[in-house]
Order: sequence, then C-alpha cells, then structure tokens
Amino acid sequence: MAIADKPQYNVIGTRPIRHDGVDKVTGRAMYGADFRMAGLLHGVIVRSPYAHARIKRIDTAKAAALPGVRAVVTSDDLPQHGARQVDLGEGAVSMRHLAANVLTDDKVLYRGHAVAAVAADNVHIAEEAARLVKVEYEPLPPVLDVRAAMQPDAPILNDDVRTVFAGAPEVNADQPTNIAKHLLFEKGNPQEGFAGADLVFEREFDTTMVHQGYIEPHNATALWNADGKVTVWMSTQGSFTAREQTAELLRLPVSSVKVVPMEIGGGFGGKISVYLPPVAALLSRKSGRPVKVIMSRADVFEATGPTPGSHIRLKLGVTKDGKLNAAEAWVAFEAGAYPGSPVGMACMCVFACYDIPHARVEGFDVCVNKPRTNAYRAPGSTQVAFAIETVVDEICTELGVDPVELRLRNASRKGTQRVDGPTFARIGMEETVEAIKASSHYMSLAPQSRSPDKQCGRGVASGFWFNAGLKSSVTATVNADGTVSLIEGSTDIGGTRTSIAMQLAETLGITAEDVHPTVADTEGIGYTDVTGGSRVTFSTGIAAVRAAEDICSILADRAAALWDVPADQTKYENGGVTGPDGKRISFKELAGKLHLVGGPVTGSGISGEESQSGAFGTHCVDVEVDTETGKVQILRYTIAQDAGTAIHPSYVEGQMQGGVVQGIGWALNEEYWYDEQGMRNATFLDYRMPTCYDVPMIETIIVEVPASNHPYGVRGVGEVPICPPPAAIANAIYQATGVRMRQLPMSPPRLLAELLKS
Amino acid sequence: MHSFEYSAPHSLSDAVSLLAQAEGNARPLAGGTDLIDQMQTGRFRPALVIDIKKLPELNVLEFDGDGLHLGAAVPCYRIYGEPRIVQEYSALADACHIIGGVQIQSRASVGGNLCNSGPAADSTPAMIALSAICVIAGPGETRQVPVEEFCTAPGENVLRRGEILAEILFPPRPANSGSHYRRFIPRNEMDIAVVGVGAFVELEDDGQTIKTARIGLGAVAPTPLLAEDLSASLSGKPATDSTFVSAGEAARQIITPITDMRGTAEYRKQITGVLVQRVLATATARARGEPSEYKPGK
Repeated sequence: MAIADKPQYNVIGTRPIRHDGVDKVTGRAMYGADFRMAGLLHGVIVRSPYAHARIKRIDTAKAAALPGVRAVVTSDDLPQHGARQVDLGEGAVSMRHLAANVLTDDKVLYRGHAVAAVAADNVHIAEEAARLVKVEYEPLPPVLDVRAAMQPDAPILNDDVRTVFAGAPEVNADQPTNIAKHLLFEKGNPQEGFAGADLVFEREFDTTMVHQGYIEPHNATALWNADGKVTVWMSTQGSFTAREQTAELLRLPVSSVKVVPMEIGGGFGGKISVYLPPVAALLSRKSGRPVKVIMSRADVFEATGPTPGSHIRLKLGVTKDGKLNAAEAWVAFEAGAYPGSPVGMACMCVFACYDIPHARVEGFDVCVNKPRTNAYRAPGSTQVAFAIETVVDEICTELGVDPVELRLRNASRKGTQRVDGPTFARIGMEETVEAIKASSHYMSLAPQSRSPDKQCGRGVASGFWFNAGLKSSVTATVNADGTVSLIEGSTDIGGTRTSIAMQLAETLGITAEDVHPTVADTEGIGYTDVTGGSRVTFSTGIAAVRAAEDICSILADRAAALWDVPADQTKYENGGVTGPDGKRISFKELAGKLHLVGGPVTGSGISGEESQSGAFGTHCVDVEVDTETGKVQILRYTIAQDAGTAIHPSYVEGQMQGGVVQGIGWALNEEYWYDEQGMRNATFLDYRMPTCYDVPMIETIIVEVPASNHPYGVRGVGEVPICPPPAAIANAIYQATGVRMRQLPMSPPRLLAELLKS
Repeated sequence: MHSFEYSAPHSLSDAVSLLAQAEGNARPLAGGTDLIDQMQTGRFRPALVIDIKKLPELNVLEFDGDGLHLGAAVPCYRIYGEPRIVQEYSALADACHIIGGVQIQSRASVGGNLCNSGPAADSTPAMIALSAICVIAGPGETRQVPVEEFCTAPGENVLRRGEILAEILFPPRPANSGSHYRRFIPRNEMDIAVVGVGAFVELEDDGQTIKTARIGLGAVAPTPLLAEDLSASLSGKPATDSTFVSAGEAARQIITPITDMRGTAEYRKQITGVLVQRVLATATARARGEPSEYKPGK
C-alpha cells in the first residue's frame, strides 16, 4: 500500500528474474569453498577447549614434523600492535584485541579461541597436525553472566580494558574492568515525567546469546605472493573492510592486499569481521603456497560473532488516557571476549517507536568469556524491542486499550526527537500500525482454543532500525548492443545485483534485463562499505542512479555531436535523447553509433549519505500454546513494514519474511547453551533454528512512505523485520495463557515452568 | 588422516568371522548414519569397517507364525512403507517416520539405531513396547535378548566380541491391541527426543478395560527403559483418561533423567508424564480401531 501518490515507474516495482538466478539454482555460482588453484594447501586452526585460561606453552614441533605439513603459525607470527587504536569504520578499536581474536597471545578468553594454525597438503593431514600441537593451559575461572562480570570481584578478562564513559559520570576510570563502556542518554526530565504519570511499570528482562546461523561457514583462501602482495578469496559482507582489517592486522599498506569477494551464503552482520584471512595469509607466507581455510559449523558457533545476551531493566510511565510520559532503561550487553557490543545502538533504539517527552537510558558493554559478539540484523534493537514492546502490551492490558490504538496514540512521527538527540524526518511508524489495523489478519476473529491444553492468543509489536547510509561506488559502461555493464562493490546477499540494476535501468529508461551487474574485487571498483545496515539498495542505489545520470549527460552530448547541433539543445529523457526539430534517438540506437561519435561511454557515481531516515515495522501473530509441554506453534503471522519505495517487491517480501523467521527462532528456541567450559550445542541439530515445519507462510504488507533522501524514495528493508517477533510472540503467549514471558528464548522448559507457577 | 579397511561379506558367517578376527577393532556398517559421523569426529577409529547391508539375513522383512522378522539392516523407509507394519506394529512405523529426514530414512536401520545404543534412540522405546526380541548371531550359538535388556549404558550393549545383531523379532499382534510412539521435541522436525515414549495397549473384548500394557521410555535414563511395574499395574484398569493421567504421574517417579542442552531433568520429568498419558490414549484409540490422527512433532 502506497501512502503518497506514487510516480509511474517502468522498472521499479516490477519483479524481474534475478541476474544471478541461473548460476545459483544450477549450483554453478562460485562460493569460497569452491575456490581452487594449483598448489593449494589446506589450513586448520587449533582452538581452545577452555572458556578462560592462560597459555603457558605452545609446542608445535611434532605438528611441524608430520610429513605433508608446510607451515605452522602462532601469534608470534602476527605483527605486534601495542596500544594501537584504529578506526575501521565503526569507531576506534584496539588492534591488540582484533589481533588476539584472530590468534591469541597469552590468554584464551572463550572456548574455540584460535591459538595456532597449520597448513598441509590436504585437510586430513592438517587436522592430524592440529591435534599434534600441544598447548599447555592454566585454567582460570570463567565469567559467563553479564551481571556477574560487572561485579568488582569478577575475574577480569582483559588487563588493558578501562571503562569508556559516554555521557555517564566517570567512576574508577583507571581500574581494570570488564565494563568496557558506560553510556548515558537523557531527554526532558525523567523524574518529573514519572511524577506526572498515573501508572508506572518496571520490569526486568533477560535474553541469551544467539547466532545469525548463515548456512555458509566462514572461509578464506590467501596467497602471499613473492612480490609482497596478498590476495584473499573469501566470503564477506564487505571486501573493502576485509581488506582494511587484513592489512591493518598484518601491518601492510592497504594497497598490498586485494580481496576478491566470492558468492556469499548469508551474513546477517556476522561476515564483516575477519577471522581467517590474516591466518591464511601468514600460513601462505611461511609455505609460499596458497592456503585455504574453512570453518566447521562448531567453529562458526564457538568462534565467530554472535549477538549478545542481555539484561535489561525497563520502566515506563503512562497517563490514564494512554499517553506515554516517561521512560527509563538500564541495558547491559555481553560484549563477549573483547569490547564492542552494539549496546549503544540498543540504547538509541529502545524508545524510538514512541514519542515520549522524558526519557533516560543507561548502557553497559561488558566482557564475558564468550565469543566476541558482532552485528546481527538490526544489532541491539531486537533485545530492547522485546523489553519495551511487552511492557507497552502490559499497559494496553491494564488500561483496556487496543494495542494498535495505544501505538497510534504514541507513535513517533516527523519531528519526534529520539532519546539520543536526533529528530526524525518523515517516517512510517504510524502507517505500519494502520496497515496492521486494516489487515485481514487483525480484523479476523482471534484464534479459538481447540482443547483445554491448547490455548490460543494474538499479539502485536512494533520495531525500529536506523538503516545506514555510508559509501558506495558504481561504474557503468554502455555496450554497442544497447545494454549496460554495471560494476559495483556491494557483495550481493539479498538480490541487490538486481535491485541496483533496476535503479540504473529506471534512470536510463531501459529494461532491467539490459543491465548486466557484476560485483568486482577491491581493485575493480571504488571504495564501497559493507553490505549491512540495510544500506545497499539505498546507498549503492544512489551511486547507480548517479552513474546513470552521468551516462545520460554524456549521451546527450554525443547525440548533439551526431546531429551536429549545440549541446545545450539536446536532452536525455524517456530512454533516449531529444533534440531540436523533433529529433529523437533511442538509447539502443545511439549505443550502436557511439564508435562514430567519441567512442566508449562510461558513467560513474558515488554516494556517501550520513544516514537514512529510519525503518519501522508492526507485526501481528497468532499462537497456540500446549499448556502441558510449554511448546508454542505459530499459527499465523503478518508483517507490515515501511519500505519507502519497494524496488523489487519480491525481495522486499523475502527480507521481511526472512527477518520474521529469524525473530521466531530467537523468540522460541535459539540460544547458546553454556556450562562452565563453553557452548554445548554448537551444531545445527541442537542449536534449534526453525525449519520450514515451524513457521507458517509469513504474510507481508509493504507500506510505502517514500524516504526524502533517496531519488526513488528507497528505505532499507533488511534489518527491522527481526525486531518485533519476540515481543509479538510474548504478547500472544500472554493472551493465550495469562503468563508474561520476560526471558528469551521462550523455550518449552521456560514457558512450562512459568505456566506451572501460575 | 585415519585409514581403515573396508569389507563387504556376502554371508552372515563370513561377517561373524571377520568381526571375531578383528579382536574388537572393527565396526559393522549398516546405514552408516551414525558410524560415518562418529568416524569423522574421531569418536571411533576402527581398523576394519564391515558392511553388513549385503547380508540377506539382515535384510529380511517377513511375517510368519512367530510374528514379524525384521532384519537388522532394513532401512526405515521399508519399514513404514510396509502396510502390515503400519497396521499391526504402529509404534515401530511411528518411530521410523521421525528418525531424520527422507535421506536418512532411506539408509538408517532400526538395528543400527539399537546397536548405537543411545539413550534417546527413537525406535528403541517403540520396540520395547512391542515386546521385540533381538536375535544375535555370533561365533557360538545364536542367542535371543529382549530389546529392553540390550542396551547397558550410553553407547554400550550386550553384544560380545564377534557378535552381530541379525534380526529383531516382533511377536504377533493380539486382537484388540494398538501401539504408538511419540517423542517431545521443541521444533516440529530435525531434533533428538527430549523424551520419547512408546506404548502398547491390549484391551479386553469389552474394549473398555486394559488387558495388558507395555510402556517403553527413552531419553530419561542411561538406557531406554521398560516401565515394567507400571505396565503391569495397568492390567484390569479402565482405559480412561484418569488411568492415563495416573500412569503419567507414576512414570515420573521411575525415571532418572539428566540436565543437558536438550532439556533439564525437571522438564524431562514433566514431559514424561504428559507423553505417557497422550501415548496411552492414542494406543488405546488404535486398539479400538478408532481413527487416531497424529502429526509427528506436535
């Protein structure tokens, strides 16, 4: 449903077949694991069996002596970084921490932490050699709980971590600590706000660490050439950030590293940090041969970047007529082994759906003996959406107000100020709530219970994500047959080759099929930021539109030359150039004549928007709870989301459905199951992501409130759909059973325990 | 890299002598769905793998006066594809339907499931409920062991050096009887049983009174259990919901579950009661010839 009068488009809004479709469905697409080259060695990483231990000695002699072993490396082979801080696009980070996460030096901080690596003629020899690397550990007490890690007597993970205070008053700033950051945001006067509220609700929430669960494990093949140049073929969300990280870790000039992005089998934020490339490169330097390393599924779970578990306290004050007046949140996130959880973003997101005059948020980034966390689809927002959206639902119940009505009464809109300062431009929060209100799902009768032990209920929740702008480059060349070759640097995860090609085609007035997109390596295109932050269709799209405009202007000149008229009398419009006296030449025809008038035509475009204007979604779910086992079935699910302008509606729907399914997994069963020594369910068998038997067809409603800072009104769509599901399902469980769940996952044992209490 | 010999004998006696000569350093391979994984992860590193899929004795699926003879290497899809098994040994068909996906079911055998001797094996409680007997071939006399006595600890069983589980014998189905197996898993597919329960119910001619019952329990103790006293106590009781609820309560008292990543001990106790009650109800409905719809996983 479009809100504004939508312009007539030729390509935008249609559903062409994706350009990489044939290769992917026939299995010809080349992923990192498919990469082969002459003389290839296979690398295996030696990993810690302990969650926290000091390394006393590493003996690699036996491994090195095994026939077929070509190289063994430890952290001694990594350059030293001292206290060096580097900005890799997400603020300053300690290079020592980054390096130690790749190959640790004196301590292991989580089970699966990389300690050494070997390369051999084949993977079997490499595995045998890895077993022969003898590491002597002195086990240390691990700290696995975020609140326990904040206590003054907690075991300290990193001697060099001191609390960074952002807005919060400084306390013990010179003491070693696990609290890497303490943030504080404030708006209005919360104390007065609560005093002016008729009802105040204060609740506590816990969520556990969860993984993105992409199907393709991390992989990298590296060749350290005799000329000192390093090439890496890998699966990554951003070839340029992979290049930068690899170069910084190896202390090489950025131009000495080339990253060739292979096809990527899912990322969701987890394929931005590098783990394997520097190690594969060191093994290659020692052996003089290319080295390929592929993680096992257990490695992926134990040693990549899941999203933090959290502890959240949330307080909301509301007036009798259902106006939210004051809000307060205390948010502690597990950073994992090294600082850098998305707690800051969580603090900015927690109240973003609502126009609340008085608010205060405190956030803590806390090191625990778990893998270093990383981005996961709207990082930080899902945890806090679970908290705020269930308290909002409680308010609706208490006041007897329809959950849709209360959200409309308090929705953020243009001009609303977020707790961290920025003010919203035109956004679609209200429109997504209206869309759910008008949906056949919400208007249908709530599901009826089949039997006493099968109780049904319906829940609603909303969510917010910023969406990133950042930098992209596109070049495009006109071919003599009237087609265009498009080169971009954004690795294609969600069908963006096509969504970018469509924007170029729309601007040029040609078809999507006449554009041939290619994702280039770091030497084939200008700097491009990661495929993340729901930014590619927005930001790389802008670059593509600018490249197309560049071509339009050159073609207008060429037509002028062809007709021998002044250049200011020709104009590119509607897929061709018009000139004086009714002259017109189509794009295709002109393309065939370019060799006569000046030769090749290449356009280029860049973009670098600071930010987008924000994405909102509202969800509605029906559940059935087996009250004797605590198992929840999702009966029906509808998502309404503001896409600004949907370029390729199928991919927009796919993103919405994919986000919901991941949110359902997070809500119901996914969790890192820990004992003292680490994660015990590092397999897809026991990590329990939903399968197709666990989710119904997710119904989608695309809301279109065009964004003002994109030529076609695009808003990113990839991330916000994961935010509302846990809260929507919790609210539905309450309607079904009368039990309020404040812990994720709401797995059968947890839910049954609550049901038995009530 | 672990190297090993592979042998595919064509007679049971050849297989037995190969196994005996290997002095404990050999593993039989049926469907391989457990063994291949265990060799990959390094849990087993046998010098010899004996492929037993080609042995005719291990591929029988026959009915005679003794009941059903099921070769130990018969894969799941043949079991649930046999209408007489679905009809007369429903619990076994139920279990075979939910072991892995279609690919696994076309390889995996219940004999292998039993010899792997995992506490959570789906087919074992079903076979216990159906009073199945293991027929074990070896260098000496062939011997018979009831299924409930086969497993001795997680991953361990009564097989002696050189012995092979050849066949599983299921006695003929009595009149007015029915059986059912179901497990609890948090998802609807792709999971290991948190708890698995198999039950057999035989009714008196009145269709209202329990004549005999047998309950097998999985994933609640180091080995799959026969709830012997509880089963016996059901004889003569009315086949009603309240009987089933009490049976569920009683089942909670005889199990010794552990807490692991698949479920807590406390939760397993709760679920065992619920499943015993539900499985008895479905087995009873089948004994009465009533249609009993059951969707695996839910």
